[in-house]
Amino acid sequence: MADLTIVYFAWVREAIGRDEERVARPAADGSVADLVATLAARGGGYAQALSDPARLRAAIDQRFVPLDSLIGDAREVALFPPVTGG
Amino acid sequence: MKRVAIQAADFDVAAELAALEALGGGGVASFTGVVRGDGGLIALELEHYPAMTQAQVDRIVDEALARWPLLGVSVIHRFGRLAPGARIVFVGTASRHRTAALESCAFLIDWMKSDAPFWKKEHFGDGATQWVAARAEDEARAKGWKA
Repeated sequence: MADLTIVYFAWVREAIGRDEERVARPAADGSVADLVATLAARGGGYAQALSDPARLRAAIDQRFVPLDSLIGDAREVALFPPVTGG
Repeated sequence: MKRVAIQAADFDVAAELAALEALGGGGVASFTGVVRGDGGLIALELEHYPAMTQAQVDRIVDEALARWPLLGVSVIHRFGRLAPGARIVFVGTASRHRTAALESCAFLIDWMKSDAPFWKKEHFGDGATQWVAARAEDEARAKGWKA
């Protein structure tokens, strides 16, 4: 199965130092929160950006979702702070 | 009329209002958001999620169209680096009824705060930068419309 694209925005993007990457697809029963924990375990900027999930919001295939949502066969997961538009 | 524009360029408020007035509804309400120059701010940088923004703002506008009897809705949201005094966002609504126009305008701007994928970064004259934190008050206002 195809890889998963992860996109980052705002201070999450700045801390990690990149706006996008591709990773091996997580297990079918993996949630966004599981992915966040796996990425945070890389340490460095990843740990800085992702170690406190309460500060994060997420979207799966361009739809806002709760962090406990399953990734399933999605193509893109986005991780970012709460939005401040308007 | 439904108009949604996500753009770097500035916009002409008079032209946007004229288009809504031409719909013949009798009532037009609007909100324009402008960059504040507080505390030595020299620029506000707006980042967004290009693949998602247009579709998400479309959904917010469709929700307003479903809730109120509107003849027209116009939403413009800019991205990029903006100086104090620059326009950021425009929401305009037209209806036969003033209540529908005013309420839907407030609804749209409240929902944009919590449901449109934009992030603001402040740049100050001394070189400092700071991401604007989401305010609990804004989330509460958006949730209030959902109840």
